[in-house]
Amino acid sequence: MINLSIRELNQLLAKKQISTAELSSVYLDRCRQFNPSLNALLHINNDINPEDLLTANQIDGLLSGIPIIHKDLFSTQGVTTTAGSKMLADYAPPFDATVVSRLSQAGMMSLGKANMDEFAMGSSNEYSYFGAVKNPWDLKRVPGGSSGGSAAAVAARLTPVATASDTGGSIRQPAAFCGITGIKPSYGRVSRYGMIAFASSLDQGGVMAVSADDCGLVLEAMMGHDDKDSTSIKTEAWQWQAPQQPSMKGLKVGVIPGWVEQLKDDDIKRSTEQALKTLTEQGAELIEVDLPHADLAVAAYYILAPAEASANLARFDGVRFGHQTSQQCDNINAMYRKTRSEGFGDEVQRRIMLGTWALSSGYYDDYYCKAQRIRRLISEDFKQAFSQVDVMAVPVSPEVAFKQGDKSDGVNMYQADQFTIPASLAGLPCLSMPVQPAKGLPVGLQLIGPYFDEQVILSTAAQFQMVTDFHKQMPEAFV
Amino acid sequence: MSGQWDVVIGLEIHVRLALDSKLFSGASAQYGASPNSQVSFLDAALPGTLPVVNEKAIDYAVRFGLSIDAEIPEVTRFARKNYFYPDLPKGYQISQMDDPIVGRGQIEIETEQGTKTINITRAHLEEDAGKSIHDQYDDWTAIDLNRAGTALIEVVSEPEMTSAKEAVAYMRAIYNRVTFLGICDGNLQEGSFRCDANVSLKPQGSETLGTRAEIKNLNSFRFIEKAINYEIKRQKKILAQGESVVQETRLYDADKDQTRTMRGKEDANDYRYFPDPDLPALNIITDRLDRQRAAMPELPEAKLNRYMEDWQLPEENARQIAYDVAMAKFFEASQAQTKAKPADNAKFLITDFNALLNEQDSDLADSKISPTDYAGLMDAMASGEISRKIAKQVLDKMWASGESAATIIEQQGLAQISDSDALHKIITRVIKDNPDQVEQFKAGNDKMFNYFIGQVMKQTKGQANPAQTKQILEEQLNNE
Amino acid sequence: MSINRKELTEMAQLAQLDLNAEQSRLIGQSLNQITDMVERIKKADTAQVEPMFHPCQFWMPLRDDGVTEDSHKEQLLALAKQSDDNFYLVPKVIE
Repeated sequence: MINLSIRELNQLLAKKQISTAELSSVYLDRCRQFNPSLNALLHINNDINPEDLLTANQIDGLLSGIPIIHKDLFSTQGVTTTAGSKMLADYAPPFDATVVSRLSQAGMMSLGKANMDEFAMGSSNEYSYFGAVKNPWDLKRVPGGSSGGSAAAVAARLTPVATASDTGGSIRQPAAFCGITGIKPSYGRVSRYGMIAFASSLDQGGVMAVSADDCGLVLEAMMGHDDKDSTSIKTEAWQWQAPQQPSMKGLKVGVIPGWVEQLKDDDIKRSTEQALKTLTEQGAELIEVDLPHADLAVAAYYILAPAEASANLARFDGVRFGHQTSQQCDNINAMYRKTRSEGFGDEVQRRIMLGTWALSSGYYDDYYCKAQRIRRLISEDFKQAFSQVDVMAVPVSPEVAFKQGDKSDGVNMYQADQFTIPASLAGLPCLSMPVQPAKGLPVGLQLIGPYFDEQVILSTAAQFQMVTDFHKQMPEAFV
Repeated sequence: MSGQWDVVIGLEIHVRLALDSKLFSGASAQYGASPNSQVSFLDAALPGTLPVVNEKAIDYAVRFGLSIDAEIPEVTRFARKNYFYPDLPKGYQISQMDDPIVGRGQIEIETEQGTKTINITRAHLEEDAGKSIHDQYDDWTAIDLNRAGTALIEVVSEPEMTSAKEAVAYMRAIYNRVTFLGICDGNLQEGSFRCDANVSLKPQGSETLGTRAEIKNLNSFRFIEKAINYEIKRQKKILAQGESVVQETRLYDADKDQTRTMRGKEDANDYRYFPDPDLPALNIITDRLDRQRAAMPELPEAKLNRYMEDWQLPEENARQIAYDVAMAKFFEASQAQTKAKPADNAKFLITDFNALLNEQDSDLADSKISPTDYAGLMDAMASGEISRKIAKQVLDKMWASGESAATIIEQQGLAQISDSDALHKIITRVIKDNPDQVEQFKAGNDKMFNYFIGQVMKQTKGQANPAQTKQILEEQLNNE
Repeated sequence: MSINRKELTEMAQLAQLDLNAEQSRLIGQSLNQITDMVERIKKADTAQVEPMFHPCQFWMPLRDDGVTEDSHKEQLLALAKQSDDNFYLVPKVIE
């Protein structure tokens, strides 16, 4: 059962071959059984009652009764929402994030909350205050980050689907490391209301699941305009249209030869090339494109994201919610400083410092403004590329999941985001899908689409998944 | 260094917009609710909450901009101003930096030397902070976030005022403008209109500005004048001793009538402004400008011209009324209902009605006399039924009793004596009773004429028709 | 580009962080690594390029002026570590 798609689970439920309660308990049992070894979840909803929930709300759709796990960045009313931080260890928000309420309205059963790098800052999930998440494919390795808990949970089939968020690669990289499918939609597609902010102009909620089709179904329910988010676009409702057959005839796929050549790991390079070959075998045409300014993306990102974060995290001051120091403070500044340095981990403090520096007078024009100009150059590069192609296919990460502790210095991790950051800066839809593993560890291929064209990346991935079964592979220890 | 100094003053005025809800949230913006009862999750800065801008705030800011002839940019943007303070929940204030909603404009003020134009650098939208209450607990500061997030426009002037009086005149001009436009309730006690003053001195005639001190949170016209005058004196003393003024923020203590350093702000702050990523840029379309132009009430400048040209008011009176929202409103409403000459109405309103209001410690906005009743009084005066002096008495009685002018005049027999037979008799008697004064008059002492008028008024308790009295008196004296 | 100790102290003050000597040293070190990396952007010619502050390709939406929120006082104050008599409390702030 744990290998069934959402459509297949829906059929089982519809034919009453299984009840929603039974379905939830299958997954809840797995959560309880496997989470101790993975640390993917920070909270398990032990007392959900699916039938009552569904009857009470008269929900009967494709997603009703389907279990889901929310990244602990999404506010859940009355349920602790930590963002992986000591700062929020006992914070239970009085409201639901729009994503959470939309998915519960669609009938999805929230099984719990997923571990993550603190405030979504990290690429290994080692920066959670609640301990590192393990990669189900090799418990000594990291699952990637920051949505590592969501990725590990889906990879180990603790849930068929999980919400996640992506600021510079936080959906795509862990999806690649854990061998699952994960999509970050276009900026403005998914409401950010109730999603704890890291870098507001980059953060975007998304989905992780086994297959592109599952991602599409859940994304459809999550997406859409929200009055509570001024960056949420007003468009017609988006509907996921699953392709009926795998032919990619007429599809122009942009590739960047330079990026593939940069892959130092021959196995990853081979997997990537093979995946591109699969696309051509289905009739797609590969066209070489270039993003001439993409090599500046990481530098621009590590100015912009920390700058926004430094302001977004100023509200954590111990006054109205969250951690407050227990040390005696005779003035407000002492209280702020003790609270914040106790409540934030080292990586978060490092990024706050970096962002504070980038915004400080004297540096603003040279760094922050300059980085925003580079952002435009990169965005224009993409526009140019998409005037020639329908979709781009590029690597996700130059490496497979690395061992815990291998990159104790966070800064070393930054450059590894080089393939995911450009699309983030431009706000474009992008996903990672599993391709041929390397040395027994998952490898992902990234598909990037034009602004608001989630359809093209999802259907390309779905077609790829019709002729391959990498996405169905699962770590043996969790079968 | 001794010698003469030029005073340079620039003002930043915070105008609370008269809105039902806050700038970025749907919480009530009403003043005076119980602490923390008007705080949305956004106002408390709960993680994940996001701002959505109140359209009326945009409209009001645009309306203000149009009224001062300012450039309204096509694109405006919000920015975050970063600093920590317990009544600033997000740790940043959403304000505007590079692309404010109102660009350069100007406004006229009245000075002793006549009319002066003050340039306004910019005006921008921003959210207010909450309230810190320091005196309620010994060891704690109490925070009330009801005010947090309410909409303000900050109006920044060029440093073009040269005295405390001019600063007050400018503040009044802005005050009158925003209340005129109906975008601010003008309630000073509730902090709807507050001002920070930047004060500096420079050697007379020098082009270079001196170091300035900023005096924060002045919310009364009286205090701002006193605070600036104190600050000028303080800086003069420092400079006279050959020392230099420190650039700092100071607070005015009204009880002691002095300014003092604001201790909480000693760290030179770097606000690290940057465009707020939660809010895309706003496009101000021509339609919006047109709508606000149409919604704009007649401005004082236009009123001034109209009063002078159409109604022949003397400039001084016209200006006094045109620039005072309440007075202009009352004046126009009453003038529409009376046959009295506008100039007479204006004069009575400015002099006599104002005196009554001062006496009663009230103002026109809460006048107990309606424009209609007041118009009735003007009619009685215009027809000659009562004199201006009696009209003043009637006005007092109208205020006290709430009765109309006609009722009071009739009940108390205050109508003027315009009966010429009666007046003839009274005047004959006055002349008869004062032979010495008649002699003096005949001998060429013209002042004696007024003495006789005074006597007639005394006899008639002021009810004699002045014009008629004058005419009859002239006749009779000449016949003596 | 390198960030000196004084700047680090100022940044920590602005960010209200209480960094001990070791944290300060480590953060200083990594900030300098990062600033070396971000130096690269200076080389790009952006003279003719407008900053792209936002990936949104649309204008700001607006809402009507209306009160849509009730009091959340109890919910909110329950989240605070220190409150009394309808107020949030913080260590005394002196103006």
